[in-house]
Amino acid sequence: MNSTRFLPGFCAEAGGCAARQATVPVRPEIKPMPHKYITENRSVGWMGLHRGHKARPLEWLVEKGIFLVSLSAIVVIFLIFIFVAREALPIVAGKMNSAALRPARPVSDLGKMTPSEIAEYLHLTQSEYANLAKNPQTLRELMLVRVEEQQDAPKDPDAAINTTQWRYLLRPYQWTGYDKPEYIWQPVSNVPKYNLIPLFIGSLKATLVALLFSVPLALGAAIYVSQLAPPKLKEWLKPAIELLAGIPSVVLGFFALIVLASLLQGLFGYQSRLNAFVAGIALGLAVVPVVFSIAEDALTSVPRSYTQAALALGSSKWQAAWQIVLPAAVPGVFAAVVLGFGRAIGETMVVLMASGNASIVSWSVLDSTRTMTATIAAELAETVFGGHHYRMLFLIGALLFAVTFLSNFVADVVIHRLKRRLEGQA
Amino acid sequence: MSEAASTPGFRTQRFDVGSRFFTGLTGLATFLILALLAVILANIVWHGGESFSLRFIFSNADKDMFDPEKAGVLPMIIGTTARVLLMTIFVLPVGVVTAIYLTEYAHATSIFTRIIRGAVNNLAGVPSIVFGLFGLGFFINFIGGQMDSLLAPGNPEPHWGKPALLWASLTLAVMTLPVVIVATEESLKAIPPGLREASLALGATKLQTIITIVFPNALPGILTGAILAISRAAGEVAPILFTGAAYYMAGLPHSLADQFMDLGYHVFILSTQSPNIEKTTPILYATVLVLLLLTFALNIVAILVRSRMRKQMRLMH
Repeated sequence: MNSTRFLPGFCAEAGGCAARQATVPVRPEIKPMPHKYITENRSVGWMGLHRGHKARPLEWLVEKGIFLVSLSAIVVIFLIFIFVAREALPIVAGKMNSAALRPARPVSDLGKMTPSEIAEYLHLTQSEYANLAKNPQTLRELMLVRVEEQQDAPKDPDAAINTTQWRYLLRPYQWTGYDKPEYIWQPVSNVPKYNLIPLFIGSLKATLVALLFSVPLALGAAIYVSQLAPPKLKEWLKPAIELLAGIPSVVLGFFALIVLASLLQGLFGYQSRLNAFVAGIALGLAVVPVVFSIAEDALTSVPRSYTQAALALGSSKWQAAWQIVLPAAVPGVFAAVVLGFGRAIGETMVVLMASGNASIVSWSVLDSTRTMTATIAAELAETVFGGHHYRMLFLIGALLFAVTFLSNFVADVVIHRLKRRLEGQA
Repeated sequence: MSEAASTPGFRTQRFDVGSRFFTGLTGLATFLILALLAVILANIVWHGGESFSLRFIFSNADKDMFDPEKAGVLPMIIGTTARVLLMTIFVLPVGVVTAIYLTEYAHATSIFTRIIRGAVNNLAGVPSIVFGLFGLGFFINFIGGQMDSLLAPGNPEPHWGKPALLWASLTLAVMTLPVVIVATEESLKAIPPGLREASLALGATKLQTIITIVFPNALPGILTGAILAISRAAGEVAPILFTGAAYYMAGLPHSLADQFMDLGYHVFILSTQSPNIEKTTPILYATVLVLLLLTFALNIVAILVRSRMRKQMRLMH
């Protein structure tokens, strides 16, 4: 009760206070601090800038600048999304047409067509059309070129198909000359075939091999280094394993291509020298440091008191690690595997060099295989800027971005939860 | 606990076959990883050393770059160094300032901080080939195209709107941004809060404290971030495939708008495009060795600078 006397504002609001104030010895009234000096009410604006004082004008500018620069990460993520998706958008929206054979209209139709029809028929933008429309003779000639083009076009019935439509991207189709519907990625041919399924399967195969190889190794090492190894050894082991992350992926690809491929073929005696198995093993070497360091972090972040309690109750170090620490850190281990998956599916140079790059649909890891990333790397340089092949590769890139974004997001949320839980219980 | 175990007569553990077995198994996994690492490095050093010579490093790439007698890697070394240095110039200020905002100014719980952190984490996981596509779509086609139409309208030959050293460096800078941010943040967090409080108590403003107290103390950590970014970027090939690396160039790049030859890309070319793989394997190994040495050399220089700074800091305190 006594403390209320020092808060005149509080007393004035609370009704019963006034009566009591009369009985209490009168104290000099304390004026409330002018609002502009109260630090809590200043500078914690919508930008989240937290300052303990009033800034000078120049500092105010610099601090706003710091905030703006720090937005760069967000800006960059948005830009990546926008500019990769922008190039792929025409395919998603069904605006591209890859058909070589398209119905041509006789030149005499020119008079009957509306300007927008002509522009669309001749693949002109609005401004190009406006330029050309001044001279009807040019338009006439362009129409003629289209008619001649159609006469020279391949007579294959498939040539009239727009292969960039979704059903040709995802569903099998019986092309002329094939005896059953098939999934085919064959972008450079008379009829460009853009079925994405072989690439999805290729990426998944290489990624699965990589995870099967690297996750047990990396988790074993993480448990050993964080829980079981003598402290002195631990100091050396962690940086040594993380040195693996310092080997450029092109060097891992080179190693797989020159050394590993022949070695594994000699050991197991399979047919094609370069396949998803070789690529997966090399990819695993790139994934090991990712899974190891995140899992090791998660295991180390489990409070020491857990282990100490288990040891005090008579368990061995291994029992404490396996039955107490690991279950507590399971979300972190899960996040490590998810991030390892993202790393494996996004890795380019290793699979480009060691997977054989044949786009066939097969679930056998011993067949030559082609992944999404390797397809982009191998084919983009030869595409026509703005053409359907170019846009198709950007579509694959956008899909890759979406997949890794999702796996990162999941891992991020899981790790965040784990941290909060461990901090709450520690 | 380890102290207890090592004290004579104070045994906390029974002899337990299962525990011994599994401890051995996880130790084996650790050993296997290290063995693989050692095999890779030994293989490269062993074979690379055979055809590794000063002439190989300091001679220009001949027109016939697959000829073991004449091939050299000087232009690739220069190209890789140039793109990595440019990248560092772009990425360091932005990354450091972002980290300063995140640790010194932002509230851990504010929505902006969380979004920025999420973006940084996601940026770290985007595949490198997607950065290549981004560089092509954004830097070359969009920015480069705009620059061309502004600076030289009507010129059909693109000057900026094509793969170039500048665009490759910027693409790599975007890719390594999270590396620098995370490393700088860690070093900022390691600075004792008492230092900041003392400075503020003496009347320095927040910004003065950051510039004169926090930043100098964090410099070693910031350099670590730069090292990590450099070693990540030096070996990356996928992002520069379409943004600047050249298959073959007669001379060195003269301006930011020129393409360049790159060590990592050259490793890729030698291992996949060689007309006679038997004959070119020695120079391939030597090139890989140079690439590894270069990344390690950059690392060592930075580590030396860092340890010297640490010593100076210790004298200061």
